[in-house]
Amino acid sequence: MSKFHVSTTVNGDTVEYLCDPRETLLDCLRDKLNLTGAKEGCGTGDCGACSVTVDGRLVCSCLMLGVEADGKQVETVEGIAEGDILHPLQKKFIEYAALQCGICTPGILVAAKSLLEKNPNPTEEETRYWLAGNLCRCTGYDKIIRAVMDTAADLREAS
Amino acid sequence: MDYHSPASFAEASALAANATGITRFLAGGTDVLVQLRSELVAPDTLIDIKKINGVHDITRNADGSWTLGVAATGAEMSEHAELGKDWPGVVEAMDLIGSTQVQGRATLTGNLCNGSPAADSVPAMVAAGVTVTVTGPDGDRVVPVADIPTGPGKTSLTKGEVVSAVHIPARGDNGGDAYLRFIPRTEMDIAVVGVGVNLRLDGDTITEARVSLGAVAPTILLVEDCAKAIIGTTLDEDALDALATAASAACNPIDDKRGTIAFRTEVAGVLAKRAAKIAYARAKGENV
Repeated sequence: MSKFHVSTTVNGDTVEYLCDPRETLLDCLRDKLNLTGAKEGCGTGDCGACSVTVDGRLVCSCLMLGVEADGKQVETVEGIAEGDILHPLQKKFIEYAALQCGICTPGILVAAKSLLEKNPNPTEEETRYWLAGNLCRCTGYDKIIRAVMDTAADLREAS
Repeated sequence: MDYHSPASFAEASALAANATGITRFLAGGTDVLVQLRSELVAPDTLIDIKKINGVHDITRNADGSWTLGVAATGAEMSEHAELGKDWPGVVEAMDLIGSTQVQGRATLTGNLCNGSPAADSVPAMVAAGVTVTVTGPDGDRVVPVADIPTGPGKTSLTKGEVVSAVHIPARGDNGGDAYLRFIPRTEMDIAVVGVGVNLRLDGDTITEARVSLGAVAPTILLVEDCAKAIIGTTLDEDALDALATAASAACNPIDDKRGTIAFRTEVAGVLAKRAAKIAYARAKGENV
């Protein structure tokens, strides 16, 4: 089985890895690059715990092959904070206690950041639809939605 | 598994024609990767068509028709305001598939070639009269979307053939289309019934119509009797009732956990009426 050499950009850093063509981008991020923020929940694109952006587009990294990332710009939850300074979404998730077990949180943060970049002023309905592909079995979603809406309001005021 | 990312459809076709075992083409991968992982399908050869020039393009041609690259995603279609203005039914059908994350990858062509009788975009494409270019060892041919699926998970594409472009007709004047589906929840489920309607008016009278049903037979249906029921009418109550009767009569569904035969048959009629009303309003220029 021949392996493929992949050169890609993850959170602004150029990285390279060798992968079997059957390995998903999620496998490559976690097992080759030690970026374990993206989680494998279902592995079939239903739960969103593995959400990342590729060339600015929100995707499930379990539904994309590692070899397909060649030459792309990948952003994961590890790239959201700037060093020790948490992203406003991360701060707000702590403030609102918008998580319990935390498995879904990296995916939700990546998805919510992607929403606010596209739409700085989403309605609650737009936010709920955007995040409908991110399943959370702890919070009942309300705290997550409120944290995202409040972050959006803060970011609008700051800009 | 061999992985290839050819630079042209001719090369992709040649790779597939010469491959042994199971071959899959990779567009958005939202079905192929799930099948790969669940070991439902273990391809020996995977041909990624996304490195071919132009596969993400959405282009309006000089005659008003549209050409979509086979890797143009649902998200790219929804963000294309002009396409949505011409063909809201096709765009909303595609947009119903999966989550934001799935929309970032999923394609019309993948939805078609996956061969699901419940594919949401396919009834909308059939109603709109969409065709695809199929590139094979003997060159290109243009095929109506309705002729691609032949049964659950099966298509009429032969060895070495790959869909290389999607063609949506010019909208033209006084036309409108719509797609509705029934699912047991509000988001992200598989259609229990799907209905696509596309029609054209002269004044208040319907002069052309195409009605397509999904998830009620082994393949997606183009139902001539539904079109006949509304052509020449102003979509009055009698025409709507005749449309519903024709839609229900065309159903040959399965019983499963999402819906019984009786339920699917009934709902096909109800949705056909509702979708026709939306298409009619759009043809009148209303923003619905």
